[in-house]
Amino acid sequence: MKKLKTHTLIGGVLIGTLLILAVVAAVWTPYSPLGIDLRSKLQAPSMAHWLGTDEFGRDVASRAMQGASTSCLIALLTVALATAMGLVVGVVAGFMRGWTDRVLMAFNDTLLAFPGLLLALGVMVIVGANQWGIVLALSLAYAPSVVRVVRGTVLSLREREYVEASRMIGNSEIYTMWRHILPNCVAPIAVLATSMFGWVLLSESALSFLGLGVPPPAPTWGNMLASARPYMASAVWLCLVPGLCIALTLLGINLLGESLRDRLDPRTERA
Amino acid sequence: MNTSLNQAVLSVEHLKIELRHGTQPLVHDLSFEVKPGEFLAVVGESGSGKTMAARAILQLLPPGITQTGGRILFDGENLSTRDVKAMRPIRGPGIGMVFQEPMVSLNPVHRIGEQMAEGLRMHTKLSAAEIRARILDMLRRVQIADPERCMHAYPHEFSGGMRQRIMLASVMLLKPRLLIADEPTTALDTLSQREVLDLMVGLARDNGTAVLLITHNLGLVGRYAQRAIVLEKGQLVETGNVPAILVEPKQVYTRKLVDALPRRQPAKAETAAQQQPLVQVRGLCVSYAGARAGFFRRHPPVRVIDTLDLDIHPGEMVALVGGSGSGKTTLGRAILRLAPSQSGQILFRGEDVRTADRAALHRFRLACQLVFQDPFSSLDPRMCVHDIVAEPLRHLPSLDAAARLRRVQETLDEVGLDGLGARYPHELSGGQRQRVAIARALVRRPAFVVADEPVSALDMTIQAQVLRLFQSLQAHHGFACLFISHDLAAVDQIADRVIVMERGRIVEQGTRDVVFDTPQHAYTRALLEATPRPLAVSAAYA
Repeated sequence: MKKLKTHTLIGGVLIGTLLILAVVAAVWTPYSPLGIDLRSKLQAPSMAHWLGTDEFGRDVASRAMQGASTSCLIALLTVALATAMGLVVGVVAGFMRGWTDRVLMAFNDTLLAFPGLLLALGVMVIVGANQWGIVLALSLAYAPSVVRVVRGTVLSLREREYVEASRMIGNSEIYTMWRHILPNCVAPIAVLATSMFGWVLLSESALSFLGLGVPPPAPTWGNMLASARPYMASAVWLCLVPGLCIALTLLGINLLGESLRDRLDPRTERA
Repeated sequence: MNTSLNQAVLSVEHLKIELRHGTQPLVHDLSFEVKPGEFLAVVGESGSGKTMAARAILQLLPPGITQTGGRILFDGENLSTRDVKAMRPIRGPGIGMVFQEPMVSLNPVHRIGEQMAEGLRMHTKLSAAEIRARILDMLRRVQIADPERCMHAYPHEFSGGMRQRIMLASVMLLKPRLLIADEPTTALDTLSQREVLDLMVGLARDNGTAVLLITHNLGLVGRYAQRAIVLEKGQLVETGNVPAILVEPKQVYTRKLVDALPRRQPAKAETAAQQQPLVQVRGLCVSYAGARAGFFRRHPPVRVIDTLDLDIHPGEMVALVGGSGSGKTTLGRAILRLAPSQSGQILFRGEDVRTADRAALHRFRLACQLVFQDPFSSLDPRMCVHDIVAEPLRHLPSLDAAARLRRVQETLDEVGLDGLGARYPHELSGGQRQRVAIARALVRRPAFVVADEPVSALDMTIQAQVLRLFQSLQAHHGFACLFISHDLAAVDQIADRVIVMERGRIVEQGTRDVVFDTPQHAYTRALLEATPRPLAVSAAYA
């Protein structure tokens, strides 16, 4: 019990700080994240620039804040879209079974067979490298694994007697799906979604790093990291700041996910 | 180790088992003895600590639960102070254990022969050929049809009863001085239960093994045990010789257990037979697709229900009995169209529902209900009791919100759950959950209810309460009921008419008194034989 509380606390503080920074960045940053000042380029952290400046003299702290809001928005939208797609396809496939299931799963497994990042790259080429392109590409890359989890859960749930009981009551299949199957999928999906948030954040950084993410000069943690590469030896803060941001966010998400899993487990519920 | 005849094999002294220090002990100040060759029963309901006491003897307590007091002497040696390594020579040759669930107590990835050989290899210096010979002997002894083939087979190829016999055989190979059997037949039907226990008694007698049988079934105690100890909430309430403890229980709790045994009620006046039957089944066949025989071939379909005819009259309580695999559950589900059937007719109020379209099926479903065996998996864990019971009413548009609320309240009162509407299923006991399931089935006042083993997952005393409740509700609301059960004692208490099924066919049917008192068919007689009736036994002693 004690352990669970510290988990939740640390995770909550990390993610809370991140969200606050992301929201604040929308209205205020110490400097303009895009403001170039070539006279003060590559400055080490100081009182004026807390986290130093980059090769164009832009304030790293402001860019990291702005990056937090871009990265988190992309990750949130992606998780929501992937979960929604995965839920619909997974529930339908698991509940209908038969040919519907086979066709959907064949398609899904084909998608699953591609490495996620490769799939995302392919989609990006078609829809273009911008914020919405990233969201769509990453959702398509992550939805298949949600489909798998949802379908597995539904397959086991539909054999439960309360599903049969619902049929006996005279409820339609759609109603049974909506009332008895979907709510019972929530726990595994919620846990999957939190960890997915972390993966999406990483993938977005990777895409940006490869030059296919949000186009510069708009900052994301990924493209900050990418552009910091040449200065790794001379200006270490340039890669440390976005790197630490990603690492701490992942840590927070994982801790929160763990406590969420414990919370949603019916055996510990209201214990 | 010279043990005189009178010295106990096992003696437990002031045993205390606790979950954590400071909380209510699971077992408190428990003392008893098992003499060589004795058959001792430990009786109690779930939560009475009987399983924990047995596990403590073998030092197999689950993590977090520890023995905090008392001694356990096996052949005069204290086991409580032994570590894992020192316990190994005791486990197996000294004390053998048979667990409740035959489905999970054999390792599914090993062949039977390998699993049985393990103990002999560990504890004896026999050669491989001798080990093999002994295993074959033992398998023959427990009446496994083809022991050679059995040795090479995997556990999933056997039924529950056969697995439990194999389990018993592998434990008895080491000729233990004491055999602990923890509810060994609770998961089995009446016929397999009898086979397994008869074999257990025979083997124990052959080897001079003492038996500690842990059970909640007083019927088994009456039939097999010489002495019994009764546990309640971790404390010993009564100990004594078996006929005496059943005939003249001295303690209130023991009396409660004995009173919970099903008793026959006087038969109802026969009024139903003249009326038009509510449900008529004519020539019903159900078969399952055969197992895959190759890449493109399948075995021929397996016929589970074979051209079966059946009538159920309004307000009648019809019991459907038979061993596992007789097709009784499938029949119940097929009648309700939860399982597909291949041919025949199912007439409900004269209308064929087997081939009914959606609208007709919906009408049929509104008038009938099903009570499941497992009260936990039949309730949606995310809905509270009130919502679960109210759900069927959404198909009765004639009731307004206030009337619905009233109806739910009334039904919850009837099943004795008033005030628990806001609870969730996991916050209820097994008996309460089954009451919720019964309330859900009855809230729409159905004309026909199928109850599939509704009490077999419950404790003895709870079983009795739920059976009585079901009976009084049936008398009050007058629904017709198909009561599916392998427990003939429960059927004896509740049924008007009894139908006996064997391998998909009805072999005998008639009023309860006729079928139970003068059974005609050999299968019916075998079922009745195998049903432990402690009261009949105790009456003989009285």
